[in-house]
Amino acid sequence: MGRADAAASGGFSLGMLIYDTRYRSLTIQIVFLMLFMAAAAWLVENTIENLEALGKDFSFRFLSAPAGYDINQRLIDYNNQMSHARAMLVGLLNTLVLAAAACVTATIVGVIAGVLRLSRNWVVARLMTVYVEAFRNIPLLLWILLIFAVMTESMPPPAAFRGEAATSSMLLFDSVAITNRGVYVPEPLFDRSLGTVDLGIFLVSLDLVALIIAVVAAVAINRAILRRAEAVQNLTGIRPTTWWQSILVLGGIPVAVLVALGFHLGFPELKGLNFSGGTHLRNSLIAMWLALTIYTGAFIAENVRAGILAISRGQTEAAFSLGLRPGRTMNLVILPQALRVIIPPLISQYLNITKNTSLALAVGYMDLRSTLGGITINQTGRELEGMLLMMLVYLVLSLSISTVMNIYNARVKIKER
Amino acid sequence: MDRTAPFVRTAMIPQAPPPRGETGLVHWVRANLFATPLDAVLTVLSVVVVWQIAAGIGPWFLNAVWNASSLAQCREILAGEPGACLAVIRDRWHQLLFGFYPSEFYWRPTLALILMLVALAPILFAGAPRRLLWFSAVYPALAYWLLWGGTIWFPALALAGFAVGYGAFRAVHAAVPLIAVPAAALATVLWWVFLTGPLSEALHAILPVGLTFVRSDSFGGFMLSTIIGVTGIALSLPIGILLALGRKSDMLLIKTISVGFIEFIRGVPLITLLFTASLLLNYFLPPGTNFDIVLRVVIMVTLFAAAYMAEVIRGGLAALPRGQYEAADSLGLDYWRSMRLIILPQALKISIPGIVNNFIGLFKDTTLVVFIGLLDPLGLTTAIRADSAWNGIFWELYIFVGACFFIFCFGMSRYSMHLEARLKTDHR
Repeated sequence: MGRADAAASGGFSLGMLIYDTRYRSLTIQIVFLMLFMAAAAWLVENTIENLEALGKDFSFRFLSAPAGYDINQRLIDYNNQMSHARAMLVGLLNTLVLAAAACVTATIVGVIAGVLRLSRNWVVARLMTVYVEAFRNIPLLLWILLIFAVMTESMPPPAAFRGEAATSSMLLFDSVAITNRGVYVPEPLFDRSLGTVDLGIFLVSLDLVALIIAVVAAVAINRAILRRAEAVQNLTGIRPTTWWQSILVLGGIPVAVLVALGFHLGFPELKGLNFSGGTHLRNSLIAMWLALTIYTGAFIAENVRAGILAISRGQTEAAFSLGLRPGRTMNLVILPQALRVIIPPLISQYLNITKNTSLALAVGYMDLRSTLGGITINQTGRELEGMLLMMLVYLVLSLSISTVMNIYNARVKIKER
Repeated sequence: MDRTAPFVRTAMIPQAPPPRGETGLVHWVRANLFATPLDAVLTVLSVVVVWQIAAGIGPWFLNAVWNASSLAQCREILAGEPGACLAVIRDRWHQLLFGFYPSEFYWRPTLALILMLVALAPILFAGAPRRLLWFSAVYPALAYWLLWGGTIWFPALALAGFAVGYGAFRAVHAAVPLIAVPAAALATVLWWVFLTGPLSEALHAILPVGLTFVRSDSFGGFMLSTIIGVTGIALSLPIGILLALGRKSDMLLIKTISVGFIEFIRGVPLITLLFTASLLLNYFLPPGTNFDIVLRVVIMVTLFAAAYMAEVIRGGLAALPRGQYEAADSLGLDYWRSMRLIILPQALKISIPGIVNNFIGLFKDTTLVVFIGLLDPLGLTTAIRADSAWNGIFWELYIFVGACFFIFCFGMSRYSMHLEARLKTDHR
């Protein structure tokens, strides 16, 4: 008590800034802040000076200038007279499509491989171990280049599909053609199309909107059916049979909409030197997609395996002793718990996929990195602005994915006090 | 009531062999390959897949041609048979390993690599003599001198900066202990910035000892990957620890800056950071500064890896029970002592798998430097194909590069298992 009083009565002395724990953290932070500001000011000043020396200014006006280059894969309307901003948007959409597709397939591959690696089957478990180790220990870029080389070097040219003595044939009842120029798959066509609506930036197909609404509605109705079944079960102890209703709703509504729109598939056909009709998936897209899928799938497999192993054997035994069948044990007891362990690393794998799409440069896939960060920067000489803008876009993308996944994680997470 | 005849066994029944099908190969096959119909299907499928792959690749490898000077000659020798043209590896292995490093100086990177193994031994293995740690401390300067060449005084004086810093620390510590660490850091930085350059020139003029200078644009291949990877790995761990501590800090400002840095770096792809190194760094530095592209890349890769490292170590810090922090406080240890003696040894041990995964990731990511024009092993495969003799050769080069990466990364992951087992202190 004596010392505290003495310190209090002694008033404030300069030494207390360092020696008194009440003030020390403040002192450190202020010194740190000053250093940080000084460093930031130094960088900004250097940048201003360098820009002046080069005779450049800092502006984003170049985004509205005509881009002047073509993009071979575009999801929205684009030609080389449109602006750099438009080209950036096309690139961003290509990035997003690739990332979304790779996330879905990598999850499927990863879950299957992770479960199979725990299989009692000796051959299958070893095979999955080889798969996981091979892909985790070899750079992604190598896999991208390798698959791209397989697609462009080892696949038959479209001419090989021609004539009576064709050396190659199309797969799946003449609907898919794998050539060295890319993969041709059937495209969805609508006889009684609803047309498109112009949103100002791009056109939206009303057929697609109708289909999405139909699927969402079907899922919602199915949920209502299941909820009612559950209510009945809670009341009477007998669960009404719902599977045929579910099938009818989930399958029937979308099919009805498709029929109403006159849906049919447009098959690719060999015309002249190349295939026409159908959707053309370029080699660059296929290489990126496959490489990201199997590379990230190996990582996800490890996460899934770790998640399942984290659930103690007692949980399975407890579920069995309650009389649950193996399938229900998996669905009701093991998976919900394993999911909690699996989801956080899964989030970072999705983020990795999104960031790794920027390797598309290696095979000439026109993603954000190749449009904004590549050709636009080269043509306009705006490295600083272009790079900052690109980093910002990637940052927003990463943060939004992690926010969405974190919300999902919070929902499935174990509820603690 | 009948009396049941008593039965007393007087002799042991001889041991019977286990029922047929419960032991031996048949049982093993049944239990592990054909336990259920699904298992049987999977087994058959896997065997078919393995057989297909082996049938495709086996002859290709067995027919491999080792002696040829061009792809055309290889094809002539193979005469239409499937076969690998591994002659390209034989012809160009030195390029894949060293890039365009002058061939008369190959002994320099080789020696640097051997010395690196010596320098790493006391850090990686408990059995190695402790005195070697002094060599490990000197090694970075030595490696720089061996690889880049130039005068020996520059790296030697740079190394002396640490001695200067230590001297400053001792001197200030006697007077004002609290500012000893910043003072030492300041003295070291001042020494490097203002004295190292002029002094090394002066000393070189008096006593010229040195190797031929090699420009870093002739670096390439696995040598470049190893330089970037190993430097990044070595530097990112301490920076990552500091960032993780910063993120867990009570001081709002330090915490905010650490979080901002970590989230920014983790939110953007490495490629954009590498492009920043090659295109933008000239904007951020004083006019006229122009330093080595390899050093720039190393700095960026280090910052990138440090952010990921920080997250892994933060996981380790969070996994420690709160009681450990309180126990350290109750012993009266100050912040840095409690971290150094109590918290970090445990937290780092928990994070070993994550740390090693980061190391592996970093080493694989060194291939991305190909995008800014450096010749990593993958960039060199393109350079080799540009030669008309080897135009059109893909698989052999990719397989060689892939195999090298696999050996290195797989070795690292095995080492992490060894380390985990060695540091295990629980009794399960």
